[in-house]
Amino acid sequence: MRVALQVTCVNDAMFPETGKAVVRLLRRLGVEVDFPQAQTCCGQPMVNTGYVDEAVPVVRTFVDAFAGYDAVVTPSGSCAGSARHQHSIVAERSGDPALVAAVAETGPRTYELSEFLVDVLGVTDVGAYFPHRVTYHPTCHSLRMLGVGDRPRRLLEAVRGIELVELPHASECCGFGGTFALKNADTSVAMGADKARHVRDTGAEVLVAGDNSCLMHVGGLLSRQRAGVRVAHLAEVLASTEDDA
Amino acid sequence: MSGTFVGMPAFPDAAREALGDTQLRRNLAHATRTIRDKRARVVAEVEDWEELRLAGAAVKEAALRDLATHLETLEASLTAAGATVHWARDAEEACAIVASVTKAHGVDEVVKVKSMATAEIGLNEALEAEGIAAWETDLAELIVQLGDDLPSHILVPAIHRNRAEVREIFLRRMGAVGRPAPDDLTDEPAVLAAAAREHLREKFLRATVAVSGANFAVADTGTLVVVESEGNGRMCLTLPEVLISVVGIEKVVATWADLDPLLRLLPRSSTGERMNPYTSTWSGVTPGDGPQEVHVVLLDNGRTRALADDVGRQALRCIRCSACLNVCPVYERVGGHAYGSVYPGPIGAILNPLLHGVADEQTASLPYASSLCGACFEVCPVRIDIPSVLVDQRAAVVDSHRGDRVPKPEAVAMRAAAWTFSDARRLRLAERASGLAGRVLGRFSRTTLPGGRAATGRLPGPGAGWTGARDLPAPPEESFREWWDRTDGGRS
Amino acid sequence: MSARDDILRRVREALDGVSPAVAVPSAPRAPGRGDLADLFAERVADYRAIVTRCAAEEVERVVRDVLGPARAVVPPSLGLDVPGAVVDEGLTADELDVCDAVVTRARVGIAETGTIVLDHTDDQGRRAISLVPDLHVCVVDESQVVADVPDAIALLDPARPLTWVSGPSATSDIELDRVEGVHGPRTLHVVLVDPQL
Repeated sequence: MRVALQVTCVNDAMFPETGKAVVRLLRRLGVEVDFPQAQTCCGQPMVNTGYVDEAVPVVRTFVDAFAGYDAVVTPSGSCAGSARHQHSIVAERSGDPALVAAVAETGPRTYELSEFLVDVLGVTDVGAYFPHRVTYHPTCHSLRMLGVGDRPRRLLEAVRGIELVELPHASECCGFGGTFALKNADTSVAMGADKARHVRDTGAEVLVAGDNSCLMHVGGLLSRQRAGVRVAHLAEVLASTEDDA
Repeated sequence: MSGTFVGMPAFPDAAREALGDTQLRRNLAHATRTIRDKRARVVAEVEDWEELRLAGAAVKEAALRDLATHLETLEASLTAAGATVHWARDAEEACAIVASVTKAHGVDEVVKVKSMATAEIGLNEALEAEGIAAWETDLAELIVQLGDDLPSHILVPAIHRNRAEVREIFLRRMGAVGRPAPDDLTDEPAVLAAAAREHLREKFLRATVAVSGANFAVADTGTLVVVESEGNGRMCLTLPEVLISVVGIEKVVATWADLDPLLRLLPRSSTGERMNPYTSTWSGVTPGDGPQEVHVVLLDNGRTRALADDVGRQALRCIRCSACLNVCPVYERVGGHAYGSVYPGPIGAILNPLLHGVADEQTASLPYASSLCGACFEVCPVRIDIPSVLVDQRAAVVDSHRGDRVPKPEAVAMRAAAWTFSDARRLRLAERASGLAGRVLGRFSRTTLPGGRAATGRLPGPGAGWTGARDLPAPPEESFREWWDRTDGGRS
Repeated sequence: MSARDDILRRVREALDGVSPAVAVPSAPRAPGRGDLADLFAERVADYRAIVTRCAAEEVERVVRDVLGPARAVVPPSLGLDVPGAVVDEGLTADELDVCDAVVTRARVGIAETGTIVLDHTDDQGRRAISLVPDLHVCVVDESQVVADVPDAIALLDPARPLTWVSGPSATSDIELDRVEGVHGPRTLHVVLVDPQL
């Protein structure tokens, strides 16, 4: 099986440790991933702000970079959702039948990390060790656009040493929402402040999620509040072993 | 005697103001949480809820896709049943019809059943200009009307008011328009409801003309349906001699049997009950029972505009349950007024631009009033994919500015981002610049994020929207891409 | 062009090229939940309505007990002897307003939702009589109870005016706090008649 990593633009530029964690984790599970150098972004920032025409060359870059792979794995529910549900909209708008056909090929083969682990590799115990009090926030696009369900939870429950605590009102949006965080910054911060409060209420030391953009938002609020909670991507928790402790 | 949404600022500004209203925040958080929990309980009771949603969506979608046929059938059935059918292209025509029928009976007042269509067309204000008083009889509408206020929720227009505020409004304003509130009025909801009963009773008993909307209009039988709780609807639909119903053309369903999934979906989604206290159905005139003169005004007012939109058409399936408002994290925090329309919340954020277009700045701000979390779609009883329509309406906003001589800064930024993301070589250069910035920022940063990573300081320009309240990690010195190159994917 | 023709033209233009064919799946039916009358009684009571179950020969006594000294109005063909009741022959709203109670039959009862539906034929009377008085006593035969909404829809005649009643009038308009009793009858008393008793 040929597997490609779609690291995402945010992780590439801002959170390279998450990408490295995915590589380490999958290698430990016997999967060698490729990193197609032509990849850039899934196009979601443009599409979700209304710039669909502008997203056409970005989506083209995406499908070109990942053509021919059996599976594309990405540590982001949001980017997987974009490839699976939005690329077809962009392709239709381009009027290019070749692009329509190409997105129909890559979209269904694009997996969010927890889906890839549980559904494709069939594992829930990935041999991780993470001796910390952790709470998990299910990000909206993984929860509602992809329907990852309890896969991330099952993966976390199998981690040795972890103390997993329930996040109250977990399924409520954190308020990131892409450009929403800037265009409606006040509302975004009001939502994030409530999420941060729920996180603090758990007494967790680490907030875990499957999307670094959401974590950047909630983590940024928690940091500003000097709340003493750090954020970590699901991949980084699952990649951790006794050697890291 | 009520406020107006005209001249409302764009959503981000209106939201900022609402977010600062602590009483509003508390009222909304309490009310939306209560109704969300109630809905969740009664929906969980229905084993085949998803199948029921599919059936409800299909019934409405089928009706919309053959709307002209169903409207003609409805008109014929209504006429055969003794009703008079009117057609109104827009708000002005609809209001004129209602005023003219009312005046023909020589009266200067009407009693009203809560109706979104009549709120949408500004009927009360139009009648007032004609010297006709329109008395709202739904408790929440009464609170809004007496308080000279604006509705902020589809089901519970006074959701932003708490019991103490309602008491104050009743004491201050009821006497001016009819029977005053008793002096010993308390803020118990039961006592306040009793005061409304006493206040409105005389209006119901003397009314000649009533105005309603309709939740559904059945084409093949000419039946209108009003779903309500308090009995004010039954009063208006039963006691007066004349009934005028203003019905959006999208309310049509093909057959009587089509009501089944909808009457099961609506109360559970809306008030969180197995069934609402009262549902009234009537087909034209029933000799000896109820109004003997029945008018139906079929209203377009932008609906055909929405109907022509291939993505947005589904918004016309809406049965006005307001479940999407109650679960919306944005609505819960800013309330309904910030949307500047009688249709607030997620459905308002798509319905307003679909009905009226995105030419004005306020309407154009609505599709962006969402984090696209998808909670609205999850609860919608007729499966309106609100997030997808929001994204599509954002595209409509952007497209409407494509001819601008001076592009907006956002457009410039998005085009630059798209250019960078269209070629990995460009992205690599951008990341190098960002890595360099990261090195500098990291060295001079005075803030460290939990876990030890350096934070960027406060950013100028659009970035200030982020760093005003949130720390931002400084960019790493090395991008993932550079790490992969340097280490051969971590193998060396 | 008339508004009518203009709107119909706009509708047709809006749907130009849109296929009218939509597969409408049949709505699912609620699974059987045991005895319909028991479920109906339980669900009606959930709305804080009062439910009394009795045998056919007890109905008149039960109704008399429920009414007490209340001044009642009844439809023309109730089929029950209610001593002292006024028979509606076109009372005005004001005349109804001085009645304390009304006794009617119903067309159908819905177990799943605890709903009674009146079609306002002669054993139920005009819509106004079951609306204005503050106490509504509704006599329902167990044989009239159906499982769910679709069963009721199939039985009901849309040409008749229908009133679906699920508990006493209520509002949640103040802080979403449910209060029973607004404009419609503040008390609903359902007398459920068991022919087997």
